[in-house]
Amino acid sequence: MKSLLRRLAGLAVVLLVASFLVYGMLYLVPGGPMAFLLGNHSGTPEQIAAIRHQYHLDDPFLVRYYHWLSGALTGNLGSSLVYKQSVASLIGARTTTTLTLVAYAAVLIVLGGVTAGTVGALRGGRTDAAISLASSVFLATPAFLVGVVLVVVFANDLGWFPVFGAGSGLGDRLYHLTLPALTLALGNGAYLARITRASVRAELGREHVETARSRGLAEGRVVRRHVLRNAAVPITTVTGLTIAGLLAGSVVVEDVFGLDGIGSLFVRAILQRDMAVVQAVVLVLVAAFVLVNLVVDLCYSFLDPRMAP
Amino acid sequence: MSSPALPGRLRLPRLPAALRSPAQRIAVGLLVVLAAAALLAPVIAPYDPDLPDLFNALGPASPTHWLGGDAVGRDVLSRVIWGARTTLLGPLLVIVCSTAVGGTLAILAAWCGGKVDAVVSRGLDVLFAVPSIVFALVTVAVLGPGLPAVVLGLTVAYTPFVARVLRSAALRERNLPYVAAAWVQGRSAFAICARHLLPNLTPLIVAQAVSAFGFAVIDQAAVSFLGLGVQPPTADWGLMVKSGLDSAMRGQPLEALSAGLLIAVVVAAGNVLGDRLGEEGR
Repeated sequence: MKSLLRRLAGLAVVLLVASFLVYGMLYLVPGGPMAFLLGNHSGTPEQIAAIRHQYHLDDPFLVRYYHWLSGALTGNLGSSLVYKQSVASLIGARTTTTLTLVAYAAVLIVLGGVTAGTVGALRGGRTDAAISLASSVFLATPAFLVGVVLVVVFANDLGWFPVFGAGSGLGDRLYHLTLPALTLALGNGAYLARITRASVRAELGREHVETARSRGLAEGRVVRRHVLRNAAVPITTVTGLTIAGLLAGSVVVEDVFGLDGIGSLFVRAILQRDMAVVQAVVLVLVAAFVLVNLVVDLCYSFLDPRMAP
Repeated sequence: MSSPALPGRLRLPRLPAALRSPAQRIAVGLLVVLAAAALLAPVIAPYDPDLPDLFNALGPASPTHWLGGDAVGRDVLSRVIWGARTTLLGPLLVIVCSTAVGGTLAILAAWCGGKVDAVVSRGLDVLFAVPSIVFALVTVAVLGPGLPAVVLGLTVAYTPFVARVLRSAALRERNLPYVAAAWVQGRSAFAICARHLLPNLTPLIVAQAVSAFGFAVIDQAAVSFLGLGVQPPTADWGLMVKSGLDSAMRGQPLEALSAGLLIAVVVAAGNVLGDRLGEEGR
């Protein structure tokens, strides 16, 4: 319990430092925060005065950071210069698409990766070689290339799936998100398959597995109780890291498939130099990344009580 | 990992050992060919990569244009050859810089220990909280699109990975008796780090760098694909996959496919070598 609290405190510090760096970005730009906030837009004197007021540019740096951070903590992430809307509502409107995509991909990754890796390790021989080769190929193929191939083949040429958009309603949405989720899943799933294969094989050769077999336990039971259970810890680590990375990966996938999620909002904000949005999205991505990592650490204690926090 | 070297003698890394199996020889061969193509682009590219030719717009593969033409009729083969330059140079810089910075931090942290180690390690923890592509995109947001911003962002993003692995290796190495022996002989900290620790860590450093190269290629190409890295009309494989998407939908997939497959080939070659070197270094 005590180390869990320490863990949470460490997490808070990481987030605090990250938020400080994200805010400090404003001052790294040639021209300073004013040029940064105005971006490509030449502001009228009123707009400039409004920005000076909104960002408290006349206050000392730390006071300004404090204002921004306390705003961010209460859900006020500033307002977008391009959309003339609050950043929180811009992000909020796009979370469903991004989270559905990430969750869909995560399910595909875990089911596909763990199954392929386990089958490869248990079967051996040609099956194993084929799975290893496929995972090497997918591991080396960038997600955007997978996306382009899937769009051209399955959406454009064969017409099985829609080319763009996220759909509405659950069923339609899942149908629209199938190709994007597959794109996001292939490379990551290949990596998980590799890790699964390696850890299952390592467990298969251990003495306690030999012992269980010589005691006459059924092979299925040996695999489930003795091999998979022990192999689960490294698999969980990689699964967690992978899922935490999916949010960042969705930036590219949303761009390929024209999905209006947080990732494409991010890319557009960078192109339009809409800095309030950029800062907010980075903060959200970092917070989500750190939180998922924490959840993964907590999962260990269920798998292996010795690793309880 | 490696046996302690005698004080005062440099141990050369056994790099040629990476060339034993056919897969590794093919990987090295492919990388050498692509690097040569990048260097010799002005000599071997059949056409000017930026010259549009409307008669060749979306043209199919033909004896005059082996990989056809793109949407405005530029020769795809020439663009692929020229594109090797930006596509490979960026990740190479990323790897060299992040290895230099990360390696220095790692040895510094391992050697000094105590507060220096704590500060370096906590700093790395913060950097780990940001996914690498987000780093690249944030740098682009601050400095504006282009290769320099992407290289800088990815260098910062890759440094913690290099530093974490090398720090624990350097820590193990530092506690070996030969380091204490050199210290007792009155050698300076810098001399021990530069002449003993660094050479003994070299196989691991090289293995790390080679495996990270593939990831850097993917990340940089992804940023270019998003339109935030290398800017048109410069030829770049990531950009070519992007512009090739439209052509592919209009029935000419060669631009996207050739550029995309080359990225995959480079990454696969890097992975094969990195895995093998990683095993050797361990």
